[in-house]
Amino acid sequence: MKSAVILFPGSNREHDAARALKLVAGSNVNIVWHGESELPKHTDLVVLPGGFSYGDYLRCGAIAARANIMGAVRAHAEKGGLVLGICNGFQILCEAGLLPGVLVRNAKLRFVCREVFLRVERADTAFTRAYRKNELLRIPIAHGEGNYTADETTIKQLEAEGRVAFRYARADGQIDQADGPNGAINGIAGIYSEKLNVLGMMPHPENNIEAQIGRTDGRGLFESLAAALKAAA
Amino acid sequence: MKARVIVTLKSAVLDPQGKAIEGALRSLGVSGVQSVRQGKVFDVELAGNDRTSAEGALKEACDRLLANTVIETYKVEFAE
Repeated sequence: MKSAVILFPGSNREHDAARALKLVAGSNVNIVWHGESELPKHTDLVVLPGGFSYGDYLRCGAIAARANIMGAVRAHAEKGGLVLGICNGFQILCEAGLLPGVLVRNAKLRFVCREVFLRVERADTAFTRAYRKNELLRIPIAHGEGNYTADETTIKQLEAEGRVAFRYARADGQIDQADGPNGAINGIAGIYSEKLNVLGMMPHPENNIEAQIGRTDGRGLFESLAAALKAAA
Repeated sequence: MKARVIVTLKSAVLDPQGKAIEGALRSLGVSGVQSVRQGKVFDVELAGNDRTSAEGALKEACDRLLANTVIETYKVEFAE
């Protein structure tokens, strides 16, 4: 397995992502500068990490979405290649049009940094096959603009096509939008592209991979990717 | 040639920042404010004096970068 973690000015979770990919998925990892125009040859997975690319100037992810490397990321996604955007990476994927909708300011205007419950909506994708459907995960979030929104038609389409990856849940597994951390519509914490090969999510699975420093609920995502790529090879 | 681009949230989109500003104005005692919506202004200088090509360039700038048309609309004003 070969991964490319894209580095923008202001990214700050690239090493966390790289560490999780190496430790859990056994992946070879290249950190790729945004000014490049090609991905390393035979890249299986592209990761857009968390952070504050370009200081969130203009809109979160807006400048990074127009960076040079994004042409290659788009081509990789169009060929069916796997792309994972975490936090700022999710914002970049939406701004780049690789995922629909947009992430706006949290409903209560606060930056929220805490662990949340996430419900796995489906366990048959390259990103979630190591989990069970409806499994509850505890994963940290750290963002000020994670309030997912899109027009009504897009939301209906995402729901009808099973493209919601994760939802913010209560401890009992129930979804309550008003109770969510950021006001995201239908409690949406992550969504897939039409072909399920691009995933954007606000929570940070790369931060819950080692028992020594907390929980390991995030490991399943990286185990899933390793298994999916092994099966495809 | 100088132009001003004004980007605002579509009316259907909630604006929590505007709401917070509205609340702050109320607590300052500024009277008569019914509601506030926050937006962005870009002052752009353009080469040349051809209005049509300037309009074209600004439309492209707005559609491709300055506005996210999922949630925002824009308008362009030219300085006289």
